[in-house]
Amino acid sequence: MTTTLSKEDFLIVKEQDVVPFRNKVKDAAVKTGMGILNQTKLITAASELVRNLLKYGGGGTVAIEAVNNGRENGVRLVFSDKGPGIADLSLAMQDGFSTGKSLGLGLPGTKRLVNEFNIQSTVGEGTTVTIIKWKNG
Amino acid sequence: MDRIPILKMGDFLLVTIQVDLYDQLAENLETDLVNAVKKHNSKGVLIDISSVSIIDSFMGRILGNIGAMSRIMGAQSVIVGMQPAVAMTLVELGLTLTGVATALNVEKGMELLRSKILLSDGQSDDDDDNDTE
Amino acid sequence: MNTNQSVKILKEKKDAILELWTAKQKAEDSYFNADDQKEDSEDFAASFLNALSDSTVEDQNSKGFDKVKETLLGISVSRAKRGFSPRETGTYLLSFKEALLEVLSNEFNDPAVLYAESLKISKIIDNMTILTFEGYIKGREDIISRQTDEITEISTPVIQVWDGVVALPIIGTLDSARTQVVMENLLQQIVDTGSTIAILDISGVPAVDSLVAQHLIKTVSATRLLGAECIISGIRPEIAQIIVHLGIDLSNIITKSTLASALQTAFGMLKLEVNKKGKFINN
Repeated sequence: MTTTLSKEDFLIVKEQDVVPFRNKVKDAAVKTGMGILNQTKLITAASELVRNLLKYGGGGTVAIEAVNNGRENGVRLVFSDKGPGIADLSLAMQDGFSTGKSLGLGLPGTKRLVNEFNIQSTVGEGTTVTIIKWKNG
Repeated sequence: MDRIPILKMGDFLLVTIQVDLYDQLAENLETDLVNAVKKHNSKGVLIDISSVSIIDSFMGRILGNIGAMSRIMGAQSVIVGMQPAVAMTLVELGLTLTGVATALNVEKGMELLRSKILLSDGQSDDDDDNDTE
Repeated sequence: MNTNQSVKILKEKKDAILELWTAKQKAEDSYFNADDQKEDSEDFAASFLNALSDSTVEDQNSKGFDKVKETLLGISVSRAKRGFSPRETGTYLLSFKEALLEVLSNEFNDPAVLYAESLKISKIIDNMTILTFEGYIKGREDIISRQTDEITEISTPVIQVWDGVVALPIIGTLDSARTQVVMENLLQQIVDTGSTIAILDISGVPAVDSLVAQHLIKTVSATRLLGAECIISGIRPEIAQIIVHLGIDLSNIITKSTLASALQTAFGMLKLEVNKKGKFINN
């Protein structure tokens, strides 16, 4: 069972918000005592997802949470936007698929960087992506 | 708008990225760098990323682009000083940057650039773009 | 102050209880060493009888028992670490209950009252017995996690074999968690020593499947991103067979059958030559 220890919302509306956001994620990761490699993986995953949030969702909010699963601490990030949503999730999760001008490594690559990855999307309403990185994950 | 400074040193261009990259900054660097290669007729580009703690797929792509673009314009490029955690994250992400030359540090990078230039000069007499690899 | 009869009796008969308990432990366990457990037993009995009162005796989950549970958890964890089985620790606590009940049965004459009071005490101790199992598991988990750390640490030594060449012999199965540690160690050593060639020796890896191959390819890719080259050595014949049969493509990776030939390749890449001191030998 995962319990939330603390929670903070971060508003993303423009590209300039990305660097301060990454720093916030780093602070949260450092607080759990996460090693440099897992920190880097988490921040890189966050960087990928926040770009999607801006590019496809037109901005949104990210909840940064410190969580505990009974054994170890971790960081949970919840990215929510009110954009057009994704019609075919399984297609979006395939390696090499992209509608934008990126490499198409976005979602599946990001999933490999974190321990838990969950995406929910409704066309016309928006997309929510939740990721968790455990301290020793 | 923020820009990353590009230093000219003889035939080489040197770029030291001291701040964490964001998309616009990386895109500017790509544009500025190819323009500088043209302007100074540079033979080599060295990019030091030892202070960069995050490279995601977008910035990784820009680094790959810079390598490919310089090659088309007849210049060699090398990326030096990637941090171990960054390298492991890129590999996990599926981005191995094949085609980009890398070196451990600026010194080894310079050595590599020189030998690559010597090699390409030896193959094509003048500045013909007959790169046979 | 305490109106409840059994609470009063038990508090008064503390010494008798302890004596009974020790006797019961002795009967249960042929290897019993009284001195060894005396302190634990006294601590626990004292803390239990202290916590027992009119209010706590009625409620097994009372906050009043928190301190007792803490003591018990400590005892269980330390017993687990000393190699006691969960059954032994469980019996240890249950024999305490027997001692309590025996004292009570000597005092109460009315069976109905004795039954009611015994039930209350039983409930409390039974509740605590469950705790000893949790303590046992926790104690074991502490040991396991410490050993895991130790194994990870000792199993990935990076050796500098030449100026500019590091080698890493991998022993044991290569799973993804292990690969991460191996890779992290290797890359850090490459940076620290400024080595341009890394040799990954897999002679000690019992089996290579497509997943392990994937991990090896990732390690090589990451090494190249840093600006160093990675040679994989120690490919035994059966591993070569498996790799080809599985259709794993290692053509982009320099592979050698022995560490020696990998080192020779490394010398070649560094433009080094190893010569015999001919003059003195060829006489």
